[in-house]
Amino acid sequence: MGGKSITTEPKGSLTREYRPRPDLFRAACWLASTLTVALLVFILGEILYKAWPAIHQFGFGFLSGIQWSPNRGVFGVLPVLIGTAASSLLALLFALPLGLSIAIFLSENFLPQPIRQLIRFVVEMLAAIPSVVYGLWGIFVVVPLVQQYGAVIAEKFGFIAIFSGPAYGNSLLTASLVLALMVLPTITAISRNSLVAVPPTLREGSYALGATRWETILGVILPTAAPGIVASTILAFGRAMGETMAVAMLIGNSQRLSWSLLAPSNTLSALLANQFAEAEGIQVSALMYAAVVLVIMSLCVNVTGEAVLRRTQRSVVGLK
Amino acid sequence: MSCRTAAPQNFFTQDGTKTSVLRLFRNRFLTGLCIALSLLTLVPLFSIIMLVVKNGFPLVSVALFTQLPPPPGLEEGGFANAIVGTFIMVGIAIVLAVPLGILGAIYINEYAPTSRLSAAVRFVAKLLTGIPSIICGVFAFAAVVMTMGCFSAFAGGVALSILILPTILLTAEQALMGVPYAYREASFGLGATPFQTIFRIVLPDALPAIMTGVMLSVARAAGETAPVLFTALFSANWIQSLTEPTASLSVLIYNFAALPFDYHVKMAWSASLVLVALVTLTNILAQIFFAPKHR
Repeated sequence: MGGKSITTEPKGSLTREYRPRPDLFRAACWLASTLTVALLVFILGEILYKAWPAIHQFGFGFLSGIQWSPNRGVFGVLPVLIGTAASSLLALLFALPLGLSIAIFLSENFLPQPIRQLIRFVVEMLAAIPSVVYGLWGIFVVVPLVQQYGAVIAEKFGFIAIFSGPAYGNSLLTASLVLALMVLPTITAISRNSLVAVPPTLREGSYALGATRWETILGVILPTAAPGIVASTILAFGRAMGETMAVAMLIGNSQRLSWSLLAPSNTLSALLANQFAEAEGIQVSALMYAAVVLVIMSLCVNVTGEAVLRRTQRSVVGLK
Repeated sequence: MSCRTAAPQNFFTQDGTKTSVLRLFRNRFLTGLCIALSLLTLVPLFSIIMLVVKNGFPLVSVALFTQLPPPPGLEEGGFANAIVGTFIMVGIAIVLAVPLGILGAIYINEYAPTSRLSAAVRFVAKLLTGIPSIICGVFAFAAVVMTMGCFSAFAGGVALSILILPTILLTAEQALMGVPYAYREASFGLGATPFQTIFRIVLPDALPAIMTGVMLSVARAAGETAPVLFTALFSANWIQSLTEPTASLSVLIYNFAALPFDYHVKMAWSASLVLVALVTLTNILAQIFFAPKHR
């Protein structure tokens, strides 16, 4: 943290009387800070206010309803909630092994520094590419791949529920694969930080006992850094839940419940992206309600992740 | 630190001689696996970059940057209005968010680092960075579009400003933290007021880092689609005023990607090329110019 406050005014002066003038700049800075805090309250309040008619009309039935048909004024988001959770979890399933091995790779000296630097830059680039470009790439690369191999999988393993039914290109699986790429940088960056923060004495101690490098990594370093890795996973989950554009372009936007990974699905954010521009009347309110649900979910996930991360930093400091 | 906590007893095999080959093999295998998985991530990134360049570059011409999008079916024109729209909306976001973010950062790092308000600001900024970008759009829709009764560039700018505010605030705070405390003490020792110290000593020293943060968040904002998708909407014409639907590069990609017209899809790739080039350049510039000085 930045250290001590610099606001202590000198109490008097030797040559002439010191008159503290009101510090207008300080007042401006204070105002900016207050506005920032007020902004969050305003955002939440405004969305909640606009969602109120729908909250009042549908209540908690909104969360368990399986129909979303604006024409008939029936709104339920259960399939969308399931789609959100499923696509995010599936993305984590793909991204965690990759992200963790990159984090280990970056914190060990397998290859010379320049190559590691390159990989690190590549992962940072992954984070910088706009979501909509992932979507475009997904449409032309991942969708055909999933369509081609999905059909084969559906034919051979159709008896398993998650591969049953016809295979679509725009499906839950497609969206999850692209989401995995998008959350990879989050997992890598935070996991790497917590791996690097493991005190070198632990590693030296393990080597001195005759452990090989990977026995050290798996037996000493990963367990010590585990809370940070858990935090990175939680935060990545939060990111995956909120990702909009790529998912909206790839998931197929269907509100029908299905067990299959190869069937189209929908997520909360994709639902908002697709319907807001043309929504009217109670549908706007229902979409606002969906936005409220999304905000609450992502705030919960992020606060949990940050709390775990903070505890990790404290516990690692204690080891030194 | 005792050895017992450092090394779980069961993990190391007791008799090394018999299993040493196995252990070494496993060590090599895991190293290879780890390197292979890490290099695997290069594949999608190269695929993205390659396709964006391959599909986007052939269309790059003067016309692309000076003309309006063609009606469906025609094979000429560009996305000049989208570039202008993106610039205008990012400009609005900068005007709204940069002063607020930097002043807020000065307050929480210089004036009252330990106050309750500062703790609240840090917490809120963290929360705002975690909020999905589409929520910024939903808010701007509720607060601006529904109030003014029209989709507008202004609403898009407001949504983007909420998106970049927390990043600017937090990076500016980091930048201010990087200024050694001794500088401030020396300045106070010479009789400077807090205002003089901040403006003549702290800010000049922290400015490069602050600008880097602003640049990175602005580059990110230029590529964001979700906040402007249903606040600024899209338009095929030049922007006339801030209170009408406005085109942007990112929404152009989204709209044109699914069209059945070859030329429009190619334009989407070209717009991606412009955005990716913008983000890459900013990132490289930031890497070059922002070397942490005092750490």
